[in-house]
Amino acid sequence: MHDASSDTGPAFAGPGDASAASAQDHSLPISVKSLVKSYGAFRALDDVSIDIRSGEFMTLLGPSGSGKTTLLMVLAGFVRPDSGSVTFGDKEILLLPPHKRDIGMVFQNYALFPHMTVAENLAYPLKLRRVGKAEIRERVERALDLVQLGGLGHRDIQELSGGQRQRVALARAIIFEPRILLMDEPLSALDKNLREQMQFEVRRLHEQLGITTVYVTHDQREALTMSDRIAVINDGRIQQVDGPRALYEKPETYFVANFIGETFSLPVEVAGDSVTLFGQPIETGAPLAHGDKNQSLILRPEILHMFEGDPDPGMNRLSGKVRQHVFQGDSVVTYVTVEGERELAVRRQHRSDETELAPGSDIQLGWLVQDTVILPEGDGSS
Amino acid sequence: MLRKAATATQITHLQRLWLYVVCALVIVFLVAPTLLVVPMSFSDSRYLQFPPESWSLRWYEAYLGSLEWRRATVVSLQVAGLTMVVATITGTLAAYGLHVSRVKAGKYVSVLLTLPMIIPVILLAVGIFLTFAPVGLNSTILGLVLAHSILAIPLVLITVTAGMRNFDINQEMVARSMGASRPWAFLTVTLPQIRNSVLSAALLAFIISLDEVVIALLIAGGDKATLTRRMFLALRDEIDPTIAAISTLLIGLSILLLALSQFLQSKRD
Amino acid sequence: MTRTTPANDSAAEPTNRRALRSQARGEQSRLLALSLPAFILVGTLVLLPMGWLFWLSVYGSDGFTLENYTRLLHPAYKETLITTFELAFLVTGLCILLGYPLSYVASQLSPRWASLVMLCVLFPFWTSLLVRTYAWLVLLQRRGVINTWLMDMGLIDTPLKLVHNFTGTTIGMVHIMLPFLVLPLYASMKTIDFDLMKAASNLGASPTRAFWEIYVPLTLPGLGAGVILVFVLSLGFYVTPALLGGGRVMMWAMQIERSMAVYGDWGAASALGVVLLVMTLGILWLLGRLTGAFAGAGGR
Repeated sequence: MHDASSDTGPAFAGPGDASAASAQDHSLPISVKSLVKSYGAFRALDDVSIDIRSGEFMTLLGPSGSGKTTLLMVLAGFVRPDSGSVTFGDKEILLLPPHKRDIGMVFQNYALFPHMTVAENLAYPLKLRRVGKAEIRERVERALDLVQLGGLGHRDIQELSGGQRQRVALARAIIFEPRILLMDEPLSALDKNLREQMQFEVRRLHEQLGITTVYVTHDQREALTMSDRIAVINDGRIQQVDGPRALYEKPETYFVANFIGETFSLPVEVAGDSVTLFGQPIETGAPLAHGDKNQSLILRPEILHMFEGDPDPGMNRLSGKVRQHVFQGDSVVTYVTVEGERELAVRRQHRSDETELAPGSDIQLGWLVQDTVILPEGDGSS
Repeated sequence: MLRKAATATQITHLQRLWLYVVCALVIVFLVAPTLLVVPMSFSDSRYLQFPPESWSLRWYEAYLGSLEWRRATVVSLQVAGLTMVVATITGTLAAYGLHVSRVKAGKYVSVLLTLPMIIPVILLAVGIFLTFAPVGLNSTILGLVLAHSILAIPLVLITVTAGMRNFDINQEMVARSMGASRPWAFLTVTLPQIRNSVLSAALLAFIISLDEVVIALLIAGGDKATLTRRMFLALRDEIDPTIAAISTLLIGLSILLLALSQFLQSKRD
Repeated sequence: MTRTTPANDSAAEPTNRRALRSQARGEQSRLLALSLPAFILVGTLVLLPMGWLFWLSVYGSDGFTLENYTRLLHPAYKETLITTFELAFLVTGLCILLGYPLSYVASQLSPRWASLVMLCVLFPFWTSLLVRTYAWLVLLQRRGVINTWLMDMGLIDTPLKLVHNFTGTTIGMVHIMLPFLVLPLYASMKTIDFDLMKAASNLGASPTRAFWEIYVPLTLPGLGAGVILVFVLSLGFYVTPALLGGGRVMMWAMQIERSMAVYGDWGAASALGVVLLVMTLGILWLLGRLTGAFAGAGGR
């Protein structure tokens, strides 16, 4: 299944000479069609279809139990779906056993072999491919350099820190030049600083190698930072596949809007093209995608602006009362009550020269018409 | 020290001194009788005394000088060695298969495989005698090995399954994703890590076979009599001090194997 | 949205369904097949013979008969049954009496001491049953170590009869069975959270009350497991009673061996065997249910 002749070539483009052309050669597009997997009455994957481009960094994002890991395991071959189709390039691989799929994989707990040294761990996939001894040594060294662990090949796994283990796992997954790299929450065991550093590393490695990567996480911030595109999954269904920015600014379902970023929602009434909020008409940037009568207006703290007088033209508006300010260092969040009981939050940059309105003051809230997102609650795909 | 609280309920060590005394006595009860056999085996007298009045190696000489005892020892060691191989291999395969597969039938299979632990040995012995009679397996090494394997398989299954539970199955998955077939992943990744459980299981299988009396009593006649069978028959008739010598050797072997298994278990962590 | 609806809902089977299903079945049966060698061994040497034994017990030279079972009502068999149960109860009781304090203390010792104590419990476990029985024979016999000591100290004039009777059998069997009780009990005591005891004494329970009302119920699952093991093993025990009983203590297992080996009476041997098997499995099932209830009472 793996091309034996490629073993004679360079392991992968070295740090200096990553060219787009060589990167493309080493990756394959993935096409998933109509995947279904049930465990008894529970549908872990409910008719999932998704196309992943060659060389793309695709993140599967969703809460736990959403089916994102199941989908990854189907790609890897460790979960057999009930029906559907998965192709790597133009080859159907669903009926191939895991060891014939030629994929690199990184697990959440690294799954390094504790009875082998770092170098032996890295050599394992190469030995399986009958690569010569001298070449193994050379490729192991190069891979270690690539993940900045040069010279640590003789170490035992137990002697490594969490971050170092993560790098070894990553190096081991790519050393045999798989066409596809799968990662299952690889950074979730690391502490926050290390995690952010590793996010950057993984992304850098991806840009260098150009390998098609499927990355599973439940951390939306991580997904937004790292991905070319993100597939949001819930209840075994794909909710939306889009670039990070589009996903954040133009969520297509209520679930996506709530899952990504901080959101507040207010009920609106829709009749044809006109939308009313608490009896006041508001404008929408684009025609509504859904025609339901009762929908929700999605507002994020950072799109809202506060005005003591009238908001700027070209903005939708809403009046409320300041309830409380919460100082968060870089920003200040102001909680505002509207219509007596509903609460919204407004986030703005912290500036020392600003005076804050006293709680209880009346205030006008405004947001740009193009930022207006209106979605039906519940399963938006219906 | 004695006045320190022993438990959260503020009873001091002194207040429950009696408890420690009881425990010490129970431990003496557990260990001392067996260990007393050791010095007595070096006694010069036909009547075993403790402490012996005079020392000699005559009972060891009697043991080594007897063709029957020697032959029985060889049979026992052969059977124990082969049982260890058969039970460890079949038991480990079963433990792996049952652990990895998610079939419901697997649960019933593992209950079935542990049945020999529950059924009284005398019944197993009678049943095995019945089964072996028509096929001529009674009084053969093969017959003894098969019968003893039955006894050892449940313990191998339990020990290796415990090892599998501590093993991170993701490692086998990662090996397979890198291109290893399942059997190869098992041999190169899983087995090296459950090695200590498998070795402990093998030691257990060996000692179970070596110590087994009842089945051997029923099915191991003639020149295929095991050491334990000969010992049992000798004890039923009279208390032959040669047995003290053999017992001492067996105790030495037990201590050796126990130490080995403890060592393996401590390395497991 | 990238979600696509299947091209044709009503037509043909979903992609790959049949191939995937047969592959799944194939893989599962290959994994299950790994237990086949062990399964065949146990099947042919345990299950098959047990069925055969049952057949022999109900099928005589003139067809089906319950004669083998009605014969068991004979006083000699009844006496064996009573002896067997008496001994099993006595041994189990003594094991609890000796094993509970030992496990209790061992579970509270520092790891180093605890492992030493457990090594002492494991040592007899690993030593040959026959060697241990032999040791008791040497200790307890007429001119054995204990009688000699007692006479030397002037406590007795004539040797006590300690072996080849019920007393000797009991002592030997308690020694053999004690580890079976201690191991599961110790394991369950190790898991008990002592904050519960602290809470009880904070609420005003005396140490003794806290022990009986909080601690003991929590250990019941482990104790139950140990008791089942000891009782069931005692019921079918052969070697130690045969040697230490000196022919005066007739256990059920010995009756089976004797019917078969001495009298060649397969009818009686198989009927006795079936009764022993049913008793064993019955008690296991019953106590299994009970400890389930205990475990429930233990708050888990």
